[in-house]
Amino acid sequence: MATLDSKIPSGPLEKKWEKHKFDSKLVNPANRRKYTIIVVGSGLAGASAAASLGEMGYNVKCFCYQDSPRRAHSIAAQGGINAAKNYQNDGDSVQRLFYDTIKGGDFRAREANVYRLAEVSSSIIDQCTALGVPFAREYGGLLANRSFGGAQVSRTFYARGQTGQQLLIGAYSGLCAQIAAGTVTMFPRTEMLDLVVVDGHAKGIVVRDMVTGKIEAHAGDTVILATGGYGNVFYLSTNAKGCNVTATWRAHKKGAFFANPCYTQIHPTCIPVHGDFQSKLTLMSESLRNDGRVWVPKKKEDCGKPPGEIAEEDRDYYLERKYPSFGNLAPRDISSRAAKQVCDEGRGIGSTKLGVYLDFSAAIKRLGENVIRERYGNLFDMYHKITGEDAYKVPMRIFPAVHYTMGGLWVDYNLMSNLPGLHVLGEANFSDHGANRLGASALMQGLADGYFVLPYTISNYLVTQAGKKVGTDHPEFVKAIEEVKARTEKLLSIKGKRSVDSFHRELGLLLWDKCGMGRTEASLKDALAKIPKIREEFWTNVNVLGDGNDLNQSLEMAGRVADFLEFGELMCLDALERRESCGGHFREEFQFEDGEAKRDDEHFAHVAAWENVGEVAKSVRHIEPLNYENVHLAVRSYK
Amino acid sequence: MSDTLNLTLKVWRQKNAGTPGKFVEYPAKNIPTDCSFLEMLDIVNETLVQQNIEPIAFDHDCREGICGMCSLVINGVAHGPERATTTCQLHMRHFKDGDTIYVEPWRVGAFPLIKDLIVDRSSYDRIQQAGGFITARAGSAPDANSVPIPKQNADSAMDAAACIGCGACAAACPNSSAMLFVAAKVSHLALLPQGQPERTRRALKMVTTMDKEGFGNCTNYYECEAVCPAEIKSSFISMLNREYAFAAVRDGVSVI
Repeated sequence: MATLDSKIPSGPLEKKWEKHKFDSKLVNPANRRKYTIIVVGSGLAGASAAASLGEMGYNVKCFCYQDSPRRAHSIAAQGGINAAKNYQNDGDSVQRLFYDTIKGGDFRAREANVYRLAEVSSSIIDQCTALGVPFAREYGGLLANRSFGGAQVSRTFYARGQTGQQLLIGAYSGLCAQIAAGTVTMFPRTEMLDLVVVDGHAKGIVVRDMVTGKIEAHAGDTVILATGGYGNVFYLSTNAKGCNVTATWRAHKKGAFFANPCYTQIHPTCIPVHGDFQSKLTLMSESLRNDGRVWVPKKKEDCGKPPGEIAEEDRDYYLERKYPSFGNLAPRDISSRAAKQVCDEGRGIGSTKLGVYLDFSAAIKRLGENVIRERYGNLFDMYHKITGEDAYKVPMRIFPAVHYTMGGLWVDYNLMSNLPGLHVLGEANFSDHGANRLGASALMQGLADGYFVLPYTISNYLVTQAGKKVGTDHPEFVKAIEEVKARTEKLLSIKGKRSVDSFHRELGLLLWDKCGMGRTEASLKDALAKIPKIREEFWTNVNVLGDGNDLNQSLEMAGRVADFLEFGELMCLDALERRESCGGHFREEFQFEDGEAKRDDEHFAHVAAWENVGEVAKSVRHIEPLNYENVHLAVRSYK
Repeated sequence: MSDTLNLTLKVWRQKNAGTPGKFVEYPAKNIPTDCSFLEMLDIVNETLVQQNIEPIAFDHDCREGICGMCSLVINGVAHGPERATTTCQLHMRHFKDGDTIYVEPWRVGAFPLIKDLIVDRSSYDRIQQAGGFITARAGSAPDANSVPIPKQNADSAMDAAACIGCGACAAACPNSSAMLFVAAKVSHLALLPQGQPERTRRALKMVTTMDKEGFGNCTNYYECEAVCPAEIKSSFISMLNREYAFAAVRDGVSVI
């Protein structure tokens, strides 16, 4: 298909980005203010892009649904950010970070993108330090590192257990400087509800002011979506309550291809579900696995006993047993699946039997409680607040939960979608993580896209748009506003019997059951049959109270859930068509005897990018082949 | 393992800033002790929707204590009875069966009410925009290890930088002062070598903006420190006072 040109530069891998930067078009500094750039989302990717483009002199409009850009969910990332600095002198390099990331993604990411990510990783640490991010330091004043899953070097930079918070405050403060300078106009409590396409180019957005309910349009020369992932389609996830798929889904319905929606990351270390009132799941950072040991009882009959009464020889440290060289730091997809396996065998712990222990007693004995407190104090406090248990005394109980989504809108090497003028950054795009993301790589990708990739590549599109400005009085804008208004009125007019939340929960439970950690052809077909029925009931029986000209949280959620009800179907469709197991996508029909994921490189070493043609069920699957010229496709082993 | 509670809520309901608000009583029945305060409100809202009553509007997002979006004055205390805990991390096991709980919005002049329990905290953003940053253009930074920072300075900066910007400090203060917030921001950057070039200007502009937004003065009640979910210490307020005094002298502005 001619539509999927990845625009990967020619030449050797390590020269591609350098070459591309030189070959890219430039916009004269004096001309930049003539271009209006719309940025949706203010997390690491959105804030860093908006700030950088503002610094360069572009006229930027930035939108977020929260009351302040500083609240975007990047803030919740705990553990750290990777960079190939090799400050630890332990053998790290750009090449090694590249290889670890490609392998971590189970050989389903683009080589050129991942190499570029590894290449710019060092600059991110420099930039964040310059912005005042208080990274952890050693007594000599130099930066400290820790290890993360899927790597055998220490390349993760961190700020206690609040790395995402500190990086976001850094990016936000840079954004604040640009808001003060007048280059960026910020629109908080404003939600994007549609994309406006004029003559095949993304030219603007329709938004709803969440305080006054006013629906209006904004026009620009290009639109950047940095709106995060779709994990909340499962209802329970580690995402913030407001995270949603609406911006990317609306863009998809306007022509942008959605790539690999079946790639969802189930994070191994979250606090287990403990009741049907539960509104979200809380992650316990992967960094805890540096010092915590994961185990379950060897014997089923021991599962009800307090952990302290189970003798050392009766414990199964299953990650250390199965993956001796990576041990407790095996990658997320592998650790999650291993937890599921032991629970499926009936050896899970806790009241629901869906849990495993993460035990710090050995580390406390070796290093002392103070060292553990210094490293992870805030995480232990958080665990205590939620569960009422003291993890210094008893092991944490953890279980996998939906955390991150590797799929997203398809983009080329310039981070532009197949829909011209639409750029997509961070978790919202599909580009760098393949079928599984390694820990501490999301922050790296978000900031790489915003600080060091898009500012170079965006001009390639902008130079083609000189003199092609479109105003919000254009018929396409008027039409898009009318459509959004009609949809809002429809949601408010149904006045059925069920709350928005009840539909969201129903969809989430179904997807977790049928398209969660394990998927089969039968389970996916079952989900595909049920989702349209839930959707149909939603549109006839949902009860959205209040009116549209006011702050109305039920209405906000209703619009998001309506989109999840369509998106969920595409996710299952993609999972059904990908007849292999890879990374976070585990099709139970395709596994080795020891339960490891079995890829099918001959038929599936490609990106699946879906085109919307109206009904979701009829979506068209396009393919971008993945050509590996530098790494050897191998069975991914962490043994 | 989960016990349940039956509670009476007295919730502040107000359609918008222009309409008077009032407390409305709602029963909260069979609330599991393992759920969070916001999950308790979710349960109550679900029952309200069943009765065709518009649900209670409240701000929230991450629900893991870090985004700073949730607020609520619970029984007169910002973020409720547990120390160093945001409302979203406050769990119902800290309440007793039969309790009556008053739930109100932040009441600060510089945080105008939007609806029910939601207020507008954009004044904090404007204070930050006045100078709460280090000007460092992307692409211009030196190697991160080229400037060593003593661990204790980096740690102190991190203590200040942990502020989640929720506004509880101003909500708890009898003067509606935002000093703890501004102190955290100014101290975080003043403690780092990268923050030195703009140090004077930052302190002056942030304090001036704070005053302009209508926040009150600090008269050392320390209610802010008591409610701060990020445990920002009031000693940073002393640091802000020093920063501001030095900055004012340097800039020739008179300090009253």
